[in-house]
Amino acid sequence: MTDIIETLPSMAKGSSESAEVISQADNTRQEFDVEISGTVGKPLIKNPKMSSRNCDVFYGEKQAIFNINLDIGENEIIAMIGPSGCGKSTYLRVLNRMNDTIPICRVTGEHTLDGEDIYGKDQDPVLLRARVGMVFQKPNPFPKSIYDNVAYGARLHGLASNRSELDDVVEASLIKAGLFKEVKDDLLKPGTGLSGGQQQRLCIARAIAVDPEVILMDEPTSALDPIATAIIEELMDELKEKYTIAVVTHSMQQAARVSQRTAYFHMGKLVEVNDTDKVFTNPEHQLTENYITGRFG
Amino acid sequence: MPIQTLLSTLLALLLFSFFIGSKRSLAVSTVRKGRRNLHSRPNYYGFMVAIWAGIPALLILALWSSFNASIITSLTISGLPESVQMQSKDELGLIINEIKNIASSGNIDAETDMIKKEAAFHYHRLEQISLLAKTVIVFVVALLGMLIGRSLIKPEMRARNMVETVMRWTMILCASIAIVSTIGIVFSVLFESVQFFKAVPPTDFLFGTHWSPQTSIRSDQVGSSGSFGAIPLFIGTLLISAIALIISVPLGLMAAIYLSEYASPTLRSIAKPTLEILAGIPTVVYGFFAALTVAPFLRDVGESIGLSVASESALAAGLVMGIMIIPFVSSLSDDVISAVPQSMRDGSYGLGATQSETIRQVVIPAALPGIVGGVLLAASRAIGETMIVVMAAGLSAKLTINPLEAVTTVTVQIVTLLTGDQEFDSPKTLAAFALALGLFTITLLLNFIALHVIRKYREQYD
Repeated sequence: MTDIIETLPSMAKGSSESAEVISQADNTRQEFDVEISGTVGKPLIKNPKMSSRNCDVFYGEKQAIFNINLDIGENEIIAMIGPSGCGKSTYLRVLNRMNDTIPICRVTGEHTLDGEDIYGKDQDPVLLRARVGMVFQKPNPFPKSIYDNVAYGARLHGLASNRSELDDVVEASLIKAGLFKEVKDDLLKPGTGLSGGQQQRLCIARAIAVDPEVILMDEPTSALDPIATAIIEELMDELKEKYTIAVVTHSMQQAARVSQRTAYFHMGKLVEVNDTDKVFTNPEHQLTENYITGRFG
Repeated sequence: MPIQTLLSTLLALLLFSFFIGSKRSLAVSTVRKGRRNLHSRPNYYGFMVAIWAGIPALLILALWSSFNASIITSLTISGLPESVQMQSKDELGLIINEIKNIASSGNIDAETDMIKKEAAFHYHRLEQISLLAKTVIVFVVALLGMLIGRSLIKPEMRARNMVETVMRWTMILCASIAIVSTIGIVFSVLFESVQFFKAVPPTDFLFGTHWSPQTSIRSDQVGSSGSFGAIPLFIGTLLISAIALIISVPLGLMAAIYLSEYASPTLRSIAKPTLEILAGIPTVVYGFFAALTVAPFLRDVGESIGLSVASESALAAGLVMGIMIIPFVSSLSDDVISAVPQSMRDGSYGLGATQSETIRQVVIPAALPGIVGGVLLAASRAIGETMIVVMAAGLSAKLTINPLEAVTTVTVQIVTLLTGDQEFDSPKTLAAFALALGLFTITLLLNFIALHVIRKYREQYD
């Protein structure tokens, strides 16, 4: 207890409000009391691919996300970082309406893709998800062959009119995901038999096969070893030529390596959005600095 | 001491052994730096002493009880005069029964034979001696076991390992009882069937198309052909089971998909138990429902559209049986569908699949092994079902696949063959065992095929 209090003054520099808070000796979780009033940095940009205004998300009575305003640019990788439970995954799922599958979840605010309201009355979430693909934390290939896994979305959306076109889609997607060389002789073997890293690349190939505009990645490498992680990061770098990517990650090194912009979330609020270099060298907000210097989180 | 008292006293003794065992372990151990130098926890020493006291005593009790009666009987017989002993086996059996009756009831009237009276006294005395000896020996063994167990307790004694070994063997025993009884039933059915096939050639049974098991008691009787062609019975069984499955599989599966994928949690928590109540209704209730409501209804409907429907029809029995086995399909399928990981569904939704596409192409394939299991369970229920068919489908063994006619099934024929007073060695009664063997083979085959299907088409997740 005393140790913590001694370290507090250095953590709260530059905020007179929190200096008062520190004087309350019993408040050991002082860093959460730094006020988050709006987002600092550059959350809004010109010609965004996707954008959110006044986004609130509720799970039943509980509010998980508070008033987020954020733009995501074309062909950029935006990294979303923050401590566990800060709402970054929830926000990611707002962008392709995955939260619709959770009955108690309610999303408000305006969200657009190419200026089109994605929560609009005439917007079908199913079609939206074909445009905004998603890769999950744990590789979740379907219990089908590698070929069928990749062909799944293409078949659903009728992207191929015959078998040879479908073959082409599968091959192209696997090549883009950097998996084709490893599996080209085993296309009919089950996707669940691959290694973790290969499974995750299979899931990326599966998402690419639908030809989305945006790919959302929810901690895509947290279940993988460093080598598989490096391969996926390299892949993300190539993919941004064609797609817009939003990636949630717990690894700050990963955010620094792959992203152009970084958004820092804290307790359901968007604290800071800036160019990645700036966030990691000269953060504007105290909370961001605390997080990236490893004081908590 | 009667057996209940004996057992409860023994139980009290075991409890006592447990306590002295754990106490003793604490007494023999020493404490160093706050830790006892015991190999196992004191409880294990208690269990060990209780095992030493209990198992030999219970074994002796079990052996004594199982051989008691035969030993006393043979001792009584050897006490009888030689003239009586020389009589034939059947007559001797009658005499022994009489002696036992006298000994147990104590009714001795004036006419009772002097020899039997004495034998009854002898029998009674032997019984009492046996009971006393049993009580004494069991308790002596239990106490001795307790003392031996107690004297074995030392700090380095591995009581936990000993107790766990005994527990493991107990569990092996429990597991093997189920297996051994299955094997026992199979063999008994097999041997009786062999008896049957000595009287009736297997080819007649397997390929005969006429079933009329009435055999004549006198050779001049009429209307008793005694032919044992089992084909009509098996066709009837398959016909009714097929109707039941055609009803229950789609209904059950759809219900399961609705409950697990679409229904709200509140609705599900009400609807699922309600559906499962169907499985709890006694089949005899379904039976008269089928016979009194469904069958006449079908006949009326048939008449109004110009079809002749028998008043007892395969369709009525199959329909009601189908309703009965819905919960087997729906409840099990619902469980396995709910067990498919959410990440599978998320993956599919994330690619822009609709809910129905996700269910059809991801969820159902992943849940298939469990669904097949549920259907299989329902099929075995349908094949083995008797009551509904007795009431609603009739007894006439007609070879037909027309569901509007009366048919009969294997199980129903087994019932009719064995109810009432029967000679046990006639082909008529033995036929029941042959039918049972056939039924057993079919079910086994079904299981085998289903396992194969599951292994081949299973889409395994994780």
